[in-house]
Amino acid sequence: MSIEKNEEFRPKIVAFCCNWCSYAGADLAGSSRLTYPADVKIIRVPCSCRVNPMFILRAFEKGADGVIMCGCHPGDCHYSTGNYYARRRMTLLFSMLDFIGVENGRTRVEWVSAAEGVKFSATMNEFVEKIYSLGKNVRLEDLRCRS
Amino acid sequence: MNKPAKKQAELIREISGVNPLKCMKCGKCSATCPSYDEMDIKPHQFVSYVQNENIEALVQSKTLWKCLSCFACVERCPRDVRPGKLIDAARQIVVRERGADYLSPDEIPELLDPELPQQLLVSAFRRYRR
Amino acid sequence: MQRIGVFVCHCGSNIAATVDVKKVVEMALLEPGVVHAEDYQYMCSEAGQAKIAAAIREKHLTGIVVCSCSPRMHETTFRKAAERAGLNPYMVEIANIREHCSWIHKDMEEATKKAVILARAAIAKVNLNTPLKPGESRVTKRALVIGGGIAGIQTALDIADAGYEVDIVEKTPSIGGRMSQLDKTFPTLDCSACILTPKMVEAAAHEKIKIYTYSEVEKVSGFVGDFTVDIRKKARSVDMDKCTGCGVCQEKCPSRKTPSEFNRGLNTRSAIYTPFAQAIPNVPVIDREHCIKFQTGKCGVCAKVCQAGAIDYGQKDEIVTEKYGAIVVATGFDTIKLDNYDEYAYSQSKDVITSLELERIMNAAGPTKGHLERLSDGKAPKEMVFIQCVGSRCSDNRGKSYCSKICCMYTAKHAMLIRDKYPDVNVTVFYIDVRTPGKNFDEFYRRAVEQYGVNYIKGQVGKVAPQPDGRLLVQASDLLDNRQIKMEADMVVLATAIEPNPDVRKIATMLTASIDTNNFLTEAHAKLRPVESPTAGIFLSGVCQGPKDIPETVEQAGAAAVKAIGLLAKDKLLTNPCTAQSDILLCNGCSTCANVCPYGAITYEDKEVNDHGIRETRRVAVVNSALCQGCGACTVACPSGAMDLQGFSNRQIIAEVDAICR
Repeated sequence: MSIEKNEEFRPKIVAFCCNWCSYAGADLAGSSRLTYPADVKIIRVPCSCRVNPMFILRAFEKGADGVIMCGCHPGDCHYSTGNYYARRRMTLLFSMLDFIGVENGRTRVEWVSAAEGVKFSATMNEFVEKIYSLGKNVRLEDLRCRS
Repeated sequence: MNKPAKKQAELIREISGVNPLKCMKCGKCSATCPSYDEMDIKPHQFVSYVQNENIEALVQSKTLWKCLSCFACVERCPRDVRPGKLIDAARQIVVRERGADYLSPDEIPELLDPELPQQLLVSAFRRYRR
Repeated sequence: MQRIGVFVCHCGSNIAATVDVKKVVEMALLEPGVVHAEDYQYMCSEAGQAKIAAAIREKHLTGIVVCSCSPRMHETTFRKAAERAGLNPYMVEIANIREHCSWIHKDMEEATKKAVILARAAIAKVNLNTPLKPGESRVTKRALVIGGGIAGIQTALDIADAGYEVDIVEKTPSIGGRMSQLDKTFPTLDCSACILTPKMVEAAAHEKIKIYTYSEVEKVSGFVGDFTVDIRKKARSVDMDKCTGCGVCQEKCPSRKTPSEFNRGLNTRSAIYTPFAQAIPNVPVIDREHCIKFQTGKCGVCAKVCQAGAIDYGQKDEIVTEKYGAIVVATGFDTIKLDNYDEYAYSQSKDVITSLELERIMNAAGPTKGHLERLSDGKAPKEMVFIQCVGSRCSDNRGKSYCSKICCMYTAKHAMLIRDKYPDVNVTVFYIDVRTPGKNFDEFYRRAVEQYGVNYIKGQVGKVAPQPDGRLLVQASDLLDNRQIKMEADMVVLATAIEPNPDVRKIATMLTASIDTNNFLTEAHAKLRPVESPTAGIFLSGVCQGPKDIPETVEQAGAAAVKAIGLLAKDKLLTNPCTAQSDILLCNGCSTCANVCPYGAITYEDKEVNDHGIRETRRVAVVNSALCQGCGACTVACPSGAMDLQGFSNRQIIAEVDAICR
């Protein structure tokens, strides 16, 4: 897939991270100096269950090429059940996105605990690699939003 | 053995898939080894030789042909360094240098030459079993 | 329109080395609402905070963005600084350009670009921030300590001495924990029981301490300052009030084949038992699985011999519900199972034992009455071998990757004690490294070598093979002499790795406290907050947080107590103001939000609304902000979009998304 990986294309990737586990995991990746591409930008939310499917649609509409959501491992949610809601919502949303032509690889849910800096960086590397291989996202993008 | 030692060491690491830096120098490999007494370079030393890129000595050593490839050291190494794999890789390099580059399983019966070191066969069977 | 100030921190060279901070300042000034931007060496320092305060006052800022380290690090610092300068603390947003940017990217141009985007997102968010005011919640002035080992006992004593009520919940029939199983303690060789039992008695007698033994935490709800905990008091089958602890029942009990947990299965106990003679409380329990009365219905000997009439076969488990302000976890450790280490022949020979088993053998109250003897034939050993790092420092998935920390010292202790008591026994220790940091620790180890003639050999043991005559062939390497050793030994002692008590997973889940991949509880900060869990109101004491010896455990127990006391001393806690709120104009009272709320914070009320001139009474959702913890589950569930989360509103998050995708 290296042909698509031309110099021009730099994907826009939005990562939603829950405050208690994944955001801390990202911090740990940082303090352990585990690199991942700068294309990933993290938005902090209190819990993965705060991520409204609307936010993800909005990101695609605004030209994001991939959206990843990270939360606490099932059973470890700070609010005890939030990530279960998130899991259910994302399953539905992702299958709908797939249905309307946004490839499954552009969306991902991953559970990353506060101790898993290594996993966070590995996940991001993998995800970015995947987005590079999928190339630019054209579905859903609202050209009027381009600036 | 004209290739620079650095490259040789790199090759050994690549073939074996072993990272000698993971070694914590506990000596369990040497403690386990059944042919320890016959070897001039002991299994734990083998790891540090690769680490220090002292490949010429390894290639000349008796150890290369005394190792039974029983892989007890591989099984028991607490750090997943697998010294046996390193020895295997070094052996492979020597054999390649001699010209017999790759071994296919079908060719093995013809190659059953008394001159051929037994270890190489054992290793080859391991390698091509799957 | 907001008036926003942007403050970019260099963090020494931590940020400035990879991010062009001047460029970030320059770009920030182009953003809507930004009226001020500057950079400084250390924003979190006194001088940096003064700069922020000055800018807030002089430029009449209504919101600020600090581009610095993670908000988990200094958000509170900057919020407080803003508050002191007269700005609402919730008008502060942090752009994390250190952990999420400068530390992970090497290319300056790329990192700077990302830092600008992160700053832009934070600016977009702060543009939509509104001042928030925290609420208040009460603090229940009582602490719960889970685990009754030395860590739990010490924490409980310290909290109780400060004047607060403490409950200890212990799973086994007695408090005392691992320390009660030890014979002597390093580096002073005090008898473990002699220093522990007074503490146990003190805890039991303390008027502020209540001990629940043979009990487990069943359910935890609530939050910092106001936890509600269900404790299951397992049926003891013995009336605590009537029992005099005479011990006749244990003597007469005909079922005597159960392996003794306290003696690590080296001998057996009766079905009605106290784990050890100094148990507190000194009231036995009936192990119903092994009791003849419970299994067949015929027996009842204990009830017949009990003068006090304390035996109660009909007793049932009891659930006690209590309220606590703080919870301390002190669940301790166990040694790992040795199933993965066949080469040491632990399962093949009775004479290969773990160090904890040796502790019991050496103990005068142990299975051999303190005589060092082989468990296979009762003979006195002549040749003893100790193997270090069994299951510790293993990165091959068979054992634990960490160093268990205590083994070097207790092995030196064992070797020394054996050489002292049985000078004719040869003791050989195979080690990889001898790690003895600690006061008087290295001296202690050297004494074992120099004074007691313990033979230390650098090199790991490869295998232990039982011989037909019952002796053990030990094959090891001597790395310094560069030789392979084959020697025969009568006993082999394995310094088995320790791991957190397996129950800790269940407890951590109940407390929503995070644990690491080794099941150790995670601390809030590895260096600066080592005894607090990231979950507020949960504190860590002892080995549940990481391997440690007794002195360290006691230190940490005290530290955890101080943190708990600090919490209990407060009358009220400020609550997180980032709570959900419902827009009564949009809410149609469908009850979806109440169904997803884990805290029961949402109720419905009939309220009069003015909907575009139409006045009517509607059933609408009302959030109790004292109960709401701000997870946001309801905001997404709400089908009409009436529910929103303050501080993380839909508009704010969308603004961030937009800024990132721009």
